[in-house]
Amino acid sequence: MHNRTIAELINGLQSKEFSSVELTQHFLDRIGDLNPNYNAIITVTAEQALKAAAAADERLAAGNAPAMCGIPILHKDIFCTNGVRTSCGSKMLDNFIPPYNATVVENFEQAGAVVLGKTNMDEFAMGSSNETSFYGSVQNPWDTNCVPGGSSGGSAAAVAARLAPGATATDTGGSIRQPAALCGITGLKPTYGRVSRWGMIAFASSLDQGGPMARTAEDCAIMLSCMASFDDKDSTCIDREVPDYCAALGQDVSGLRIGVPSEYFSKGLNEGTEQAVRTALAKLEEQGAELVEISLPNTGLSVPAYYVIAPAEASANLSRFDGVKYGYRCEDPKDLQDLYSRSRAEGFGEEVQRRILIGTYCLSAGYYEAYYGKAQQVRQLIQRDFEKAFETVDVIMGPTCPSPAFKFGSKGDDPVAMYLEDIYTIATNLAGLPGMSVPCGMVDNKPVGLQIIGNYFDEARILNVAHQYQQITEWHDQAPEGVAS
Amino acid sequence: MSIERHEIEKLAMLSRIAISDSTIVEVSQRLGSVLDLVDQLQGVNTEGVQAMSHPMQAIQRLREDEVSELNQREALQKIAPDTEEGLFLVPKVIE
Repeated sequence: MHNRTIAELINGLQSKEFSSVELTQHFLDRIGDLNPNYNAIITVTAEQALKAAAAADERLAAGNAPAMCGIPILHKDIFCTNGVRTSCGSKMLDNFIPPYNATVVENFEQAGAVVLGKTNMDEFAMGSSNETSFYGSVQNPWDTNCVPGGSSGGSAAAVAARLAPGATATDTGGSIRQPAALCGITGLKPTYGRVSRWGMIAFASSLDQGGPMARTAEDCAIMLSCMASFDDKDSTCIDREVPDYCAALGQDVSGLRIGVPSEYFSKGLNEGTEQAVRTALAKLEEQGAELVEISLPNTGLSVPAYYVIAPAEASANLSRFDGVKYGYRCEDPKDLQDLYSRSRAEGFGEEVQRRILIGTYCLSAGYYEAYYGKAQQVRQLIQRDFEKAFETVDVIMGPTCPSPAFKFGSKGDDPVAMYLEDIYTIATNLAGLPGMSVPCGMVDNKPVGLQIIGNYFDEARILNVAHQYQQITEWHDQAPEGVAS
Repeated sequence: MSIERHEIEKLAMLSRIAISDSTIVEVSQRLGSVLDLVDQLQGVNTEGVQAMSHPMQAIQRLREDEVSELNQREALQKIAPDTEEGLFLVPKVIE
């Protein structure tokens, strides 16, 4: 059962081939057997899952089942779950049991999905390798000496290892697309404002966006249809009808204009990765799509602009963790100041502390205009690049990341080496555009991701393009050794 | 780019993050390396470019001023490190 896609599992449940309880138990058994190899899941909610599955079976029998009724999924441990520990990968929230559900969690509950547990992640979503998690690194199922990517590394590894057919994730600078690429699965970051951020622990509020991870574009379409909604509780959520993303999957790609930015194929791109991406583009060209050379001249500025804007927003967002109302509190504080400073020094890991310090620096008196003001202007330039490109093309494609999964610890002590991992994904977040990663090849037996960027609210189009690509290729069907059996 | 010790101490105070003496040099070096990266922005001509704070240029939605949430003090305080009679407890502030 674990080799089937969400679409196939929905058919299996509806035709009574198996029950949701059987399906859920199957995945729970797999998690018990295999998760110790990957450390992809922090908390397993077996009891709740089986109860929800039994309720789903009743609804399926009654014939009034919603879209994802009885389908097991995992939530990234950044989404608040009522009564279930939500750690955000941090010691700071190791004891945090939210008294409410995130809107995304609520939406999946409405859709009848069954939650198997919560996935591992970089602490507060700050990282590209999942090495900053308080709960330890996640191993990439394709090569357990390598990172799964981050920050949604647990969700990506869990889907790749077929511990769940789909998982939720979030993307602030590439945190859905990069791990999807490194783990050989399909992931979508929607347009900023498409998915509610309410109950999704904030990192950089003008960039954060939740999205689905699954094995196929069709499954991502099914998940996004449930996940996206207008939400009054998130002031940046856009009040716009959610289309039926599955209904749009039948269009062929003939006449599709694909922008290929020269900046995404420059120095630093792995040769094998480039070859795989070029082959994918040629394949789409064979199907009648047209490749158009374009330029996104300010691409190189996206990483510097991001490392001002994201830490600045993070330093403000994370000021709420003060050891007073919830979360970690240090032992025997000698006064209030000591309580704040030591709770935060002991509760946050090194990377999170670094970003808070950088953000504080960039926002402090005398530096604000030179750093934060400047970065926001550069952000505008980056958005204009895309605006101009979308005057002549329908979608933009290139590699998701510069190279396949790297070994643990290989980025050394310099934080900047890790930051450059997100060079092709960050600009999309700064502009607020939707982007996907789709498996498109293998280098040294490790997966390569093809990135597809769409115009605002063009999720249906990029999902369809990805789906069309998956109709003529088999990269998304590949499984790491020992996983499919 | 290096950051002076007194600047790190000020940042630590503003951020309410205790930084020990033994790590201050390392923290300074790594922050310096990130600031070198972001300093690339300084050379960009942004004359007349508007600052972009939000991808959608959204406006704040308003609503009627009426009660929309129930009081959940007990549930919310259950997860607090220390409370007493409905109040959050912290070390003594005023002697």
